[in-house]
Amino acid sequence: MRAKNYFVGAAFALLVSGMAHSALAQDIKIGEINSYSLLPAFTEPYRKGWQLAVEEINAAGGINGKKLVVISKDDGGKPADAQTAANELVSSEGVAMLTGTFLSNIGLAVSDFANQKKVFFLAAEPLTDAVTWSKGNKYTFRLRPSNYMQAAMLVEAASKLPAKRWATIAPNYEYGQSAVAVFKKLMSEKRPDIQWVDEQWPPQGKIDAGPVVQAVAAANPEAILNVTFGADLVKLVREGNTRGLFKGREVVSFLTGEPEYLDPLKEETPEGWIVTGYPWYSIKTPEHDAFLKAYQAKYNDYPRLGSIVGYQTIKSAAAILAKAGSTDPEKLIAAAEGLSMPSPLGEITFRKIDHQSTLGAYVGKTALKDGKGVMVDSTYKKGADYLPSDAEVEKLRPKD
Amino acid sequence: MAFYVVQFLTGLASAASLFLVASGLSIIFGVTRIVNFAHGAFYMIGAYIAFTLTERLSGAFGFWGAIVVAAFAVALIGVIVEMVLLRRIYHAPELFQLLATFGLTLMVEDLVVLVWGPDDLVGRRAPGFKGAIDFFGQNIPSYDLFLIALGPVVLGVLWLLFQRTRWGVLVRAATQDRDMVAALGVNQKWLFTSVFAVGVFLAALGGALQIPRDAVHHAMDLRIIVEVFVVVVIGGLGSIIGAFVAAVLVSELNAFGILIFPKISIILVFLVMAAVLIVRPWGLFGRPEAPARKTPGLTVNPWRPLTANERLAALAALVMAATLPLFAGNYALTVGSEIAIFVIFAVSLHFLMSVGGLASFGHAAYFGLGAYGVAFLAKMAGLPMIVCLLLGPLLGCMGAAVFGFFAVQLSGVYFAMLTLAFAQIVWSIAFQWVSVTGGDNGILSIWPEKWAASPSHFYWLALGVAALVTIALRAMVFSPFGYALRATRDSLLRTEAIGINAKRIQWTAFVIAGTTAGIGGALFAYLKGSVFPDNLGISLSVDALVMVLLGGVETVSGAVIGAIVYKALNIWLVSQTDLSKLVLGGFIVVIVVVFPKGIVGMLEMLAQRRGKTSPPGSPLLAKPIESAE
Repeated sequence: MRAKNYFVGAAFALLVSGMAHSALAQDIKIGEINSYSLLPAFTEPYRKGWQLAVEEINAAGGINGKKLVVISKDDGGKPADAQTAANELVSSEGVAMLTGTFLSNIGLAVSDFANQKKVFFLAAEPLTDAVTWSKGNKYTFRLRPSNYMQAAMLVEAASKLPAKRWATIAPNYEYGQSAVAVFKKLMSEKRPDIQWVDEQWPPQGKIDAGPVVQAVAAANPEAILNVTFGADLVKLVREGNTRGLFKGREVVSFLTGEPEYLDPLKEETPEGWIVTGYPWYSIKTPEHDAFLKAYQAKYNDYPRLGSIVGYQTIKSAAAILAKAGSTDPEKLIAAAEGLSMPSPLGEITFRKIDHQSTLGAYVGKTALKDGKGVMVDSTYKKGADYLPSDAEVEKLRPKD
Repeated sequence: MAFYVVQFLTGLASAASLFLVASGLSIIFGVTRIVNFAHGAFYMIGAYIAFTLTERLSGAFGFWGAIVVAAFAVALIGVIVEMVLLRRIYHAPELFQLLATFGLTLMVEDLVVLVWGPDDLVGRRAPGFKGAIDFFGQNIPSYDLFLIALGPVVLGVLWLLFQRTRWGVLVRAATQDRDMVAALGVNQKWLFTSVFAVGVFLAALGGALQIPRDAVHHAMDLRIIVEVFVVVVIGGLGSIIGAFVAAVLVSELNAFGILIFPKISIILVFLVMAAVLIVRPWGLFGRPEAPARKTPGLTVNPWRPLTANERLAALAALVMAATLPLFAGNYALTVGSEIAIFVIFAVSLHFLMSVGGLASFGHAAYFGLGAYGVAFLAKMAGLPMIVCLLLGPLLGCMGAAVFGFFAVQLSGVYFAMLTLAFAQIVWSIAFQWVSVTGGDNGILSIWPEKWAASPSHFYWLALGVAALVTIALRAMVFSPFGYALRATRDSLLRTEAIGINAKRIQWTAFVIAGTTAGIGGALFAYLKGSVFPDNLGISLSVDALVMVLLGGVETVSGAVIGAIVYKALNIWLVSQTDLSKLVLGGFIVVIVVVFPKGIVGMLEMLAQRRGKTSPPGSPLLAKPIESAE
């Protein structure tokens, strides 16, 4: 049967090309998973970041003399597909550890997989507090400052504002819900006089911005907390600008200072928002200068926050592998706990208590400069200063 | 008071954007009966092209010219798509065109990133409509007012076009009865092409007009496509006025709904659709469809059970598949398990679609309910795995019993859309009820017990269940119940005339299909060790449809092959390339053109021609594909 031959042929082709990119046995392999096809705006700079790190590490002699190889997979934004990829990386490719992920639910799915299969997992981006706290496990570490940490950084600035009537706008999923919950809790602790007058929960990616802006304005808040990002943020800002929502109101906003989200706004950038972000143009430290120079030389483009996250994820992974001197997951955990290392944003430590890194973020204000959005008056907030006490963390985290 | 007026106007502006896109879809569906999944893609391309043009051309004339040029350019693309692709498959089984447009959508999502880059693009504001107008202290963007005016203008133009031109008369006639129009000697080819062009033009115009309000990005299509479908169905298929009223209804309910329930937006359109369809089965302005003039006995070669030899061949294939653990690694086995589970899922939908003639767009609901059933039993009640596997699917069964009761009262696309609405309602409950379902962070750590934990044991379990399910459903096809069900599919009127309670038969089939999907979901929960709202989502429902159509909707068990080919290819492509959607979409488009009856359907036809008989839906071909992993 000709049809059958065709299938056999196709099957054979699949097999051969499947083997095409296998690395040498003595290389150290890291398995990397991210939502490349779903979130290219973040993951393209992210990929450039980690590719730069791999190049630097191998140029400097690899990990204890062995070449570092990163095998990267797309998860398409689906937890189930991320697990398939994780399984392939661990079972077929024999990677020493897993890294990456962006969305919180995917981070959690891979973290649970790592716990089950006893594989070391360094979560790069997922922000949910659950990754290191309520659903934390022994095998999972995280690089980026969590929701809680970013909220605490913003609360520090927000609590100094005179505003008493607050409204919130957040995407209706776990990230938005927990960002608002933590912000409200910390804010009300510092400022018991605050009233929460309205909350809007547009579906992620589907904001109908006009009615939302109008509804918030009707509650007449003095200040607004925004958690939307990406295309939703663009729509919200455009409607808000036209309808005068932000006039005479303070706005505190998660992530808006990150180039990924700030740059598309161009001349529509609202001024004076208090935001977390990454003002690569105004960071003047030797560590960052070195990173910036290398990045611009390689790609002829400026870094986004994703570039930092990708770069530092692989740098951290390499540091852990180098210290452990082995790919045994238990030894990797022992090596990672309490390990300090340099990063483009200053020294970071992976805490023993909850496996969270102390990477921080910049907090500043948005401004408009030459028709582009920038962050001004920004200061670096160290992650270590915005975490709850050890006793509280103990309570949040299940015992291993 | 001023606030409510402004909120109302804001709702109208949202309605206008929705209406533009929806009207195009409605016209296309009304005439060609194509469920044009690519409508969102045309909307998105319209926005991208308009973005490029508005950045290049300056001045008011440049801006508005660019919007119109973009819409015409995309309409031209639409004409090419219709002539090159869709024309070849108008004679394929119903819904098969969905597969083609789905493939196109996948391709476009990757293509726009390749062409325009990954960043969100923010276009210029419309010259002359940049600011806002003060209305008793409330600001109304002047662009909103422009859109509010544009909606009725487009409605008026379309009305004139349909009522006052010969073309419009033909379109209306074809919407009502296209066989009759063809019989009267109208050149359907050009009628379809022109209708498709007009529909795509409206979609692209809708996209282009979003430039001053929205960001242009590669996920715009998905954001709008489902909502637009819902609007079309609420209004009544093929009714332009219906689409307009429905767009206004949905937008206003949303604008005022969020004042009371800020979380309502996520589910509102589906609630409205479910309510409307239960009360008015053909939408607000739709008319009952004329009974289809299908020839009883859909297929040229009638279905028959497998012959003894074919049974042996199928058994041999199964035994071969069962030997996979002897030589394959853990990863291949886990992929094998996943494929086996999707075979279960696909054959359950296939049973409903092919045997019952009921195409569900929300079949993932029952798959996901089965998975959540397992998660609840395992995590909350702490029951052992075998009990969870047996009882978990009951949640899918119950869901199917409740929703199926309402759904089988409808038929055709209305049935499909009501199942979609129910699935979305279930999805949003899973998504929102954080304290019970964990919301979008899901329920974790549902791993199999020791006896099934090793990949080979789990593979045998999944393969065994898949084989049992396939055999059971096949046996049912050739049982008296199966004959009654096929009768309801082929002619509802005759079925009822001979005393068969058609609705009850269809309802039973729905429950059987839902329970079977639940079995797949239960296994899936253990395979992945976790459950997420994704497991009930639209994209999973679409996957199931694609598998069935790919296998061949007119076959007895084509879905088995469809599931294996689609899932294996999908997993492999996602692993190999970041452009998996482009390649997979291209593959689907090619398959659609080469195998217009689906893979198995085509093989059967070839075998027929050669005078040989080949086992329909034999899992013979399963083997090479699986071992490819």
